[in-house]
Order: sequence, then structure tokens, then C-alpha cells
Amino acid sequence: MIMKKLAANPIKLSVIVLAFAAAIGAQQLNRVVVERVKTGPQGLYAIKNARIVTVAGPVIERGTVVIRDGKIEAVGANVSIPAGAQEIDASGLTVYPGMIDAGTSLGLVEVPTGAPGTVDLSEIGDMNPNAQAIIAINPHSAHVGVTRFNGVTTVATLPRGGIIAGQAAIINLDGTTQWEMALVPAAALVIDFPRVGGGGRAEFAFMQAQQRQPDLTEAIRARDQQVERLRKLLRDAEAYARAQEAYARDNRNVPRPDRNVVLEALVPYVRGERPVIFRADREQEIRAVIRFAEEMKLKPIILGGNDAWKVASLLHEKNIPVILDGVLDLPMREDDPYDLLFENAAKLQKAGVRFCISTGDTGAHVRDLPYHAGMAAAFGLPKDEALKAVTLYPAQILGIADRVGSIEPGKIANLVVADGDLLEPRTNIRYLFINGKQIPLVSRHTELYDQFKDRP
Amino acid sequence: MKRHAALLLALLVFFAQTGIARAQQSSESRPGAATETLIRNATVLTVSHGTLRNTDILIRNGKIAAIGQNLRASPSARIIDATDKYVMPGIIDCHSHSMIDAVNEGTLSVTSMVRIRDVLNPTDVDLYRELAGGVTTLNVLHGSANAIGGQNMVVKIKYGRPIEEFIFPGAPPGIKFALGENPKRSNFPALPGQPRRYPATRMGVEETIRDAFTRARNYKAEWDEYRARLARGEKNLIPPRRDLQLEPLVEILEGKRLVHAHCYRADEILMLIRLADEFGFKVRTFQHVLEGYKVASEIARHGAGASTFADFWGYKIEAYDGIPYNAAIMVRHGVNVSVNSDSDERARRLNIEAAKMMKYGGLTEDEALKLITLNPAWQLGIDDRVGSIDVGKDADLAIWNGHPLSVYSRVEMTLIDGEVFFDRQQDLARRAELERERAQLEQAEPNRPPAQGPAPAVPRPRRTAYEYADDIWDGGDYDQ
Repeated sequence: MIMKKLAANPIKLSVIVLAFAAAIGAQQLNRVVVERVKTGPQGLYAIKNARIVTVAGPVIERGTVVIRDGKIEAVGANVSIPAGAQEIDASGLTVYPGMIDAGTSLGLVEVPTGAPGTVDLSEIGDMNPNAQAIIAINPHSAHVGVTRFNGVTTVATLPRGGIIAGQAAIINLDGTTQWEMALVPAAALVIDFPRVGGGGRAEFAFMQAQQRQPDLTEAIRARDQQVERLRKLLRDAEAYARAQEAYARDNRNVPRPDRNVVLEALVPYVRGERPVIFRADREQEIRAVIRFAEEMKLKPIILGGNDAWKVASLLHEKNIPVILDGVLDLPMREDDPYDLLFENAAKLQKAGVRFCISTGDTGAHVRDLPYHAGMAAAFGLPKDEALKAVTLYPAQILGIADRVGSIEPGKIANLVVADGDLLEPRTNIRYLFINGKQIPLVSRHTELYDQFKDRP
Repeated sequence: MKRHAALLLALLVFFAQTGIARAQQSSESRPGAATETLIRNATVLTVSHGTLRNTDILIRNGKIAAIGQNLRASPSARIIDATDKYVMPGIIDCHSHSMIDAVNEGTLSVTSMVRIRDVLNPTDVDLYRELAGGVTTLNVLHGSANAIGGQNMVVKIKYGRPIEEFIFPGAPPGIKFALGENPKRSNFPALPGQPRRYPATRMGVEETIRDAFTRARNYKAEWDEYRARLARGEKNLIPPRRDLQLEPLVEILEGKRLVHAHCYRADEILMLIRLADEFGFKVRTFQHVLEGYKVASEIARHGAGASTFADFWGYKIEAYDGIPYNAAIMVRHGVNVSVNSDSDERARRLNIEAAKMMKYGGLTEDEALKLITLNPAWQLGIDDRVGSIDVGKDADLAIWNGHPLSVYSRVEMTLIDGEVFFDRQQDLARRAELERERAQLEQAEPNRPPAQGPAPAVPRPRRTAYEYADDIWDGGDYDQ
């Protein structure tokens, strides 16, 4: 009640938030509030004299991007600047679409070790379709500012753990609440597809070493049982949906089915209306996911895909996309070529498989996204494809390409103005727009830098 | 009789000489070891004296013999055409746990008697992967479970050679210390039925180190006195009992052993500086040192180096104030700074880690390159041998297809002491052969699934790029 009243008066609210932050001595909270105050309004902006990498079409060597009310209004070499626009001279700079990481858990984990109170990643139990990331995303996480500082403007946040981990949200990295950030609050179901020898790691390495070597036949049986449980739950959800429909059509003769929040959460997924993200790395896991998704008529996205290059022709044939989050992982097998995972993206691209590149990180290192793509480019992926792998392709795979992922009129103005190649580590971001608002380039890290850089 | 003796002598001399010749030959017969190598027409990033274009590097007997234009080599020399390529000194990783079969002797909080040398495994395939990232030298450290950990080993990655050839000749010995969460075991709940190990607070960590050095001082005094009495000619003396735990600490007090201290928070960095000043020794490097930027002046005044991550942060509470500007702030305050991996994965892309430091804090190209070459060389006391491209230094070099500070570049060739230990073209050429070998091995009887009995091992879990622990090893398990 009090909060509602206060919300109507943002100045009062921010004063109270500031006082609260000061009271608990949390400098970080304090800083975030200050940062919000500086964020520009949605308005009319013109970025002129810029090199524009639209990603959707050819590079515009010198042109203008016009932003109005949060959207890209115009882009081109001969765009006239509307009266009243706030002009940004981007001579010598390049405009890119904001980068998108389709496989993070940003906002669900602040400090993974030693601070369990900040971890909201995995629910108890194996089947949690009703665990929604959007509920627990912390919009004031330090990771938000640190990540967008490097030009990443949109992420998919995935819950993890169990078999059905929950539902992923897609957020833009600006907003005072997670609902303001949300691009798609419930974007995809996340399934850690059962695998042989998967799950149940011992807490201590030496305890794990002492564990009995799992029997392969036993491990296969356990995997099959898990897949069967998953299949049954999805079938139940189909039946539940039919029962609800039947009742809606004829509530006189059809008995009213009990509502079930677990099954209800699964309905849009078993009907193929929204995608299911399956964690699968090894060849046999990927093949198993393809078979399973076909059998259950799901709309699958592979997450991980370390062996995807071995399944490339099938993935291409079935038009199943892959979110590669292992570009910088060590190869899985001792005799794998040293560059096996560096090259994975290039091989998928050549085979015509839809793919994108992700850090797979829970938050703190999502800012490294451009270097994952850059490494793939060092090992055979064409540079323009590497850029698409962190902009347009993740947007397409997540089903949000009508709104983000490239610089085209009508899309959300998520734009990055850089002083060099976006994927190069030495490049600086000079201007940043999210939802057409100019975002100040400050973060927890720049604040600490400013605080200590000149300490004698 | 005399003639026979003379003949025998002559024969002996003859065999002795041919024996010597043979010994020499065997040491010279290795490809590239003694023969000359000429790297032609490269862009040479010397690190010590700038960038040289269209420049040749002549390697003789494993050392850099000449740097210049149009150098001449003997007709038998190996020629490497490096047109359009970049040559930099081999990368030095100042914090590694590669190639060790054990990381922590975690049963005591002072384990100065244990040696990493005893657990080195030269067949660890990650060594090859690191060579493919241009890395040539590693500081292989004990883990961080103990306030005073085990003795380190500096190695050159001579992958494929016996372990003896890995040992960096003449590198000063060192030791691992650790402060903060790991030695107090705060993230490692005690096992049921077992008491918690001392120390459990940062107060106790300080006291543990203080106690050890107090004992080491006494021990040193006992030996000093014994040696003095021996020198005076006293007879029937009984030497003090040797103490393998305290001996390395005496070496620290005598300035003969380098301290590499794992740490995070500013308070614990200052703690160790004050303690070291009090006992009269120097900390050679603070490792990780994520809050080094808060006390950069104090670190500089003590004369310690700092070996940190580029931008790895936030994986635990004491890493939450870690910022990517750490290296730059410390450099600007006059600290010798290196950027390390602490990870077999990250070690493969230290060039990218160095390049990030140009963005975060504005280091120059040369300053960024020093973070992974000359600076860690100084931190390990081997800067007279490696870390820059200078005449007389070891020919430890990485040849790149583009500027190594670009994310789009990759290593073509890595040389150590003038020998090629990684060659991408050779690697590519061997892949079909390895593929065949693997197929054959899979068909071999011992590798077929057994009809009964225990089944073959289940494949290992995935090995991710970001593992939320420092001093991780082999699959991301925490140090214990």
C-alpha cells in the first residue's frame, strides 16, 4: 500500500531508497539509484556521421540513425535529422546493434560461492516448469551495469538444475524492475536433458573419487527412467490442456478439471507455441533430444552443442538451432584437437545450421560475449558471421528478431557506439542506448575505479 | 709392457674422446636445439625495445643470437618464413595448476615441506593446448588451502619430453602462501565428525604465519650458532635436528625463496606486508590480489609484484570488489603486474586477457604485452633468461598470424629454446592419422564393452570456461 503510493511519486521513492541504502551502508545500492537518475529519457536522438553496421544489410560507411520514443525511426546514408533531435556526432565511431546472449542466468546469481542468499538458480526437485526466471531476476544486480558497459544489451536468463529447470526470461539490461526489463517474461522452457552419468555430483572432489564407479548399464537405465518421467509429464500436460479446452467448450456436461500449476505451465510448450531449450553437449545427447522433440512435437533449441558439428547435417535438415556456449571450454576428450570447440561455430555455419554464440555464464562474465565470438572468428568463422552470432542470430533463435538484433526501422533502439571493432577486447564503447534511452557508461566497476585510481 | 701401456692409454683417450663427441652429438642431434633457426621477415614485438618491422631473428644453440634485417644463417639452418606474421616472447603464466596430480596438501595449515616437483605429470594434454596459445613457461603452484602451502616449480612446457627437461634451469625456488577465505576454509564445510581446521578467521591466518616464522627464526638461530661454533673449531658438536617444514621458511628469511601469496582483500594484503616487514623478508608476488588497486601504493613500496586476473571477479565474496581496472591502477602506481590464468582453459588465451587491459585503464600495447611476458619473468626471477626478444635470451617465442592483442589472431608456432613444440600446420597434417588411430583403438579387443562385470567408465562431465573457484584444477573442483 505504502509502496504503491510512493511509486506514484518517483522522487519521493528515490529519496527513501537512498536513505534506506545509506542506512544499511550498502554503497552499491546507493550507486545504482544514482545511476538511474542519470539515465536519459526516451526521446528523439540522431547519431550522425557514423559508420553503421546494421547487420541486416550492407555496412553504411557514413550515415545517420534516428531514434524516436524508444524505437529506431530511420537509418541510412541520406537520412535527414528531424527538428529537435538531440544530435550525437559519431565521426570515427561505429554503430552496432546491442549484443544478445541467449544462454545466461544473469540476475539469478550475484555471488555463487559463500553467499547462498544471493543464488536463485535451481529449485528443489527435478520438474519445475513453474519456476519462472522473471520472478527472481534482480534488476539491481551489479552484473547489469557491468555487462551492458561492454555492449551486451539483451540476455536470456535461464534457470538451471533438475530435469525441467523452469522458464527462461528475455530481458533488456535496463529498468528499475524486472518487468520493465522484460522483453519476453516467459520465453522458453529449459530442460537439462537426462544423460548417462549426468547430475548428482559429489560436493567434494575427494568424495567423488571415492564414489563407486557407476555401472554403465545402471547409468543407462537411470537415464531412460528420467526420460520416461519427462515424457509422462509432458503427455499429462497435453491431456490437461485438452481437458481444459473441453471444459471451456461445454461446461455443462464436461466435469471441471482441477487446476494444476505445474501442468498449466507446460501447456504452451507441449503445443509448440514456445520453444524448449534443451541442454545437450555430446553427440548421442543431441541425437536423443532431436528424436524426443520430434516425438513430443516440441519446438527445440539445443543449448551447449559441443558435439553439434558431428550432427550438423541432421540439425540442418530438421532446422533445429543451437546456442553454442562452449566456444571457450576445454575440449571434452583428451584426444580432441586443441581447437575443436573454437572451430565448432565455423563448421555449423558451413553446414547451414542455425546457431548463435553465448557465454553460458551466470552473470559476472556475460560481458565477455564478444570474445567468445571473436575466438570463433580466429578459427574459421567469417567476421561478419561472428558478429551476427551475438546479435541477429540469437534474436532469431529466441523469436525476438522482429524487435532486436539488427539496426532496422521499427526495431527497439538497442544500440552500441564503439571506437573500433565490437569484438576486439581493446575497443571502447562510447555511447549506449537501450529501449531508446541513453545509458550512462558507469558500473560498479567504474565507480570503484574512480574511487581508488588516484589514491596516493 | 711400456708399449702396451702406452697403447692402452691411447685407446682410452680415443674412447674417451669419441664418448665425449657422442655425448655432444646426442645433445645436438635434436631438431633445432643446436642447429640454427632463422625466422625471416617478421613483425617482432620485442616487449623490451618496441616493435620491429620486416625483421629477422637468428637462433643458435637455443638462444637468440641476432635480431636485425637480412640476417644470414648457415646453409643447414631451418628457415621459418614469417612474412605478415607477428613474433612475441613466449607467454609466461605466473599462476598455473597444470600438470599436477595433486593441488593441496590440505591437512595442515603450514605445509612448506611438500613439493609440487613431486606431482608433476608431463603428459597432461592441457600443456599442449597451452602451447597452442603461445604459452612457454608456467609457475606451477600448490593450492591455496593453507596459510603456508607447498613449494612451487617453474617449468618450460617441453611437452613430449621427460619431466627433467621441463624444470626451468636456475629459476629461484618459491613457495605458495594463501590468505582469506581459502585457508580459513569458509567455503568448505567440515566433514561430519571432524573438527574444523585452525585457522578459521583472518586473525588466525596471520597468527599461523607469524607462529611459523617465529619457529623458523629460532631454528635458524640454532643452526647459525652451531655453524659458528663449528667455525671456531669446537669439537664433538651435535648438529640441530633437521626440520623440513622450517628449512624453506629459513630460505625465505635469507631471501633465497620467493613468496607467492594468494590474497584478495586489501586488509589481508596489508597484513602480510606488515608481517613480512617485521620478519625482514619480501613478498615477491601477491597472487589474484583483486583488491590490490585499493592499496597499490603500499604494494609498490614493499617492492612486491602483483599477479592478477584480467577481469575474472565476483565468484565469491572476497572477489566481489574485483574490478578489471586492477592491473592498470597498480601499473600506474609503479607495481610490477602480471596477468595470469589459474586455469588450463584461460591459459590458452592470455593474449586476449592482456588486450582487455588496454580498454580497462588504458595501458599501451607494450604495457599490455609486458603483463604476460617480461613482468611475470621478473616475478619469477627469470627475466635474465626469458620475457623479451633480446640477443642472448632463450629462444622462447610465439609466432602469430596477426597481432597477438587481436581476438582474431591465433598462434602458428611456439618455440622453446629454439625448438618447435607447437606447429599448427603439423597439427593439422596429423589429424587424419590420429583419427585412424582412434578408430583402430576403438575396435581393439580391450576397448570393447565387456559382456559382464563392471561397465566402462562413464564419460566425464563438461569442462566449462568459467569455473567459480580460484586454484581450480582438472574439471572445476574446488581446491581442498
